[in-house]
Amino acid sequence: MTPEEQNFMRKINAEDKIEPKDWMPDAYRKNVIRQMSQHAHSEVIGMQPEGNWITRAPSLRRKAVLLSKVQDEAGHGLYLYSATETLGITRAEMIEALQQGTAKYASIFNYPTLTWGDVGAIGWLVDGAAIVNQVSLQRTSYGPYARAMIRICKEESFHQRQGYEALLALAKGSPEQKQMAQDSLNRFYWPALMMFGPHDSESAHSAKSMEWKIKRETNDDLRQKFIDQTVPQIEFLGLAHPDPAIKWNEERGHYDHGDIDWEEFYSVINGNGHCNRQRIEHHVAAHEEGAWVRDAITAYNDKKNANKIKNVA
Amino acid sequence: MSDAIKAATLEYVTRLGDDSLVLGHRISEWVSYAPFLEEDIAYANVALDYVGRARMFYTYAAELAADGRTEDDFAYMRSDRDYRNLLLLEMPRGDFAYSQIRQLFADVYYSLVLPELVKSKDERIAAVAAKAIKETKYHVRRSRDWVHRLGDGTEESHKRTQKAADQLWGYTHEMFDMDETEQLLADNGIGVDVSKLRDQWHKDVSAILTESTITVPEDSWAVRGGRTGYHTENLGHMLTELQIVHRSHPGCQW
Repeated sequence: MTPEEQNFMRKINAEDKIEPKDWMPDAYRKNVIRQMSQHAHSEVIGMQPEGNWITRAPSLRRKAVLLSKVQDEAGHGLYLYSATETLGITRAEMIEALQQGTAKYASIFNYPTLTWGDVGAIGWLVDGAAIVNQVSLQRTSYGPYARAMIRICKEESFHQRQGYEALLALAKGSPEQKQMAQDSLNRFYWPALMMFGPHDSESAHSAKSMEWKIKRETNDDLRQKFIDQTVPQIEFLGLAHPDPAIKWNEERGHYDHGDIDWEEFYSVINGNGHCNRQRIEHHVAAHEEGAWVRDAITAYNDKKNANKIKNVA
Repeated sequence: MSDAIKAATLEYVTRLGDDSLVLGHRISEWVSYAPFLEEDIAYANVALDYVGRARMFYTYAAELAADGRTEDDFAYMRSDRDYRNLLLLEMPRGDFAYSQIRQLFADVYYSLVLPELVKSKDERIAAVAAKAIKETKYHVRRSRDWVHRLGDGTEESHKRTQKAADQLWGYTHEMFDMDETEQLLADNGIGVDVSKLRDQWHKDVSAILTESTITVPEDSWAVRGGRTGYHTENLGHMLTELQIVHRSHPGCQW
């Protein structure tokens, strides 16, 4: 190891944060860029399935809460893009990678939001799963990412509560509303479990990420935490658990659960879910339609600057 | 409060609620479609302001009606023929220039209406106006800056902005119309005499358009009807979307 590498590993082992100006191995930099930009893209693409229901929200209060939530998500995206830029990549480069498919986003957003219940399910289960992961990432080794997570987690807990509350209203409502809640739970439960990624034995980036403390807990441990916390929440809603194999294991102190459909997981990851094409096309279309607006800003600013220079001269 | 004043006030706050909800809905259609992320955030934020206003006006309307209706009944259980919003606000989202010109027309209008409304003898109306004034200050700054940039940006942005101004101008005239209801409230210090705001609006908007190299359209045509429920074809479609879930499950809580 070079002295630089030794110093880097010393910091990692001492739980010191790595800061933007610190020396870091290229592979570490790439790994953190991959993870952070993926996180930012997830916030941005996540606006689509939820935005799908803003105009149809069934009450004014729900409409306001959803607008506020989607605004938060966009804000998280912006914040994370900025934090990722500290690693020497631009937002334009990240967006290009997203649109070309070389950067990923959370696969869960490739599932369609078919009913109002899905908005609740996303808040409760998807944001809930994200929080489990993000709480762990508050201790990640890259300083700007860890600090972003502390800030974002606060808002995400509010999102999870509003999602659960929306589903609770359905579960306590008419038979059709209850059916809507059950249907949303059934469709989003398994994809939410997949959000933690493949089993640790199958995970491409896990080992190195753990060593560098980018990742603090394993995919399976985090998933188990989420499974355990979700069981009583489903019971309180009075809904049926989507996993017939769910069973408390006294010895392990955890719930045992059924097998995840990894074939579906890889199929969606590889671009063949319901909405993969739609989500990217939507993003590209909005970006391209906005090109003339961005050009206008540049032209306007150039004119103003030219005037300033003229006035000074 | 006399019965006549009470009925007029109910009608008036319903109109103000309809204006806010319809414009808020149109703005919210931009979320995830904006030219860049900061604008997605800004649009969501402005939409939220308007939905918030709608809720305050409808809540007051429901109290005045005192017939068991709630804010949601006003938003979700009335048809387009019952809505009383200004036509300008229900026009489709259009492109970014169209939305920003509409926004400029509306924002300048509210920047003149709200300081009058805040003096209303009706404390509830005055309180909503006081909150909205702060938001509108920010809204005007935003739409003005955008019209500057789009009007005096590229050839294409200029063309789109001019076209939007020309297309929407004819819908601005009814913003300054008075009817018996509004006159009664204006005479009693509750509502605003909007007919008196027209010149100032024209002056403020013209200044911003001119700074943006946009030609101020001539007053050669005018379409009216929002305050009497005689709408454009756009509102029916908007309400179909807005009300579908609520109306599909009658009497449910959300």
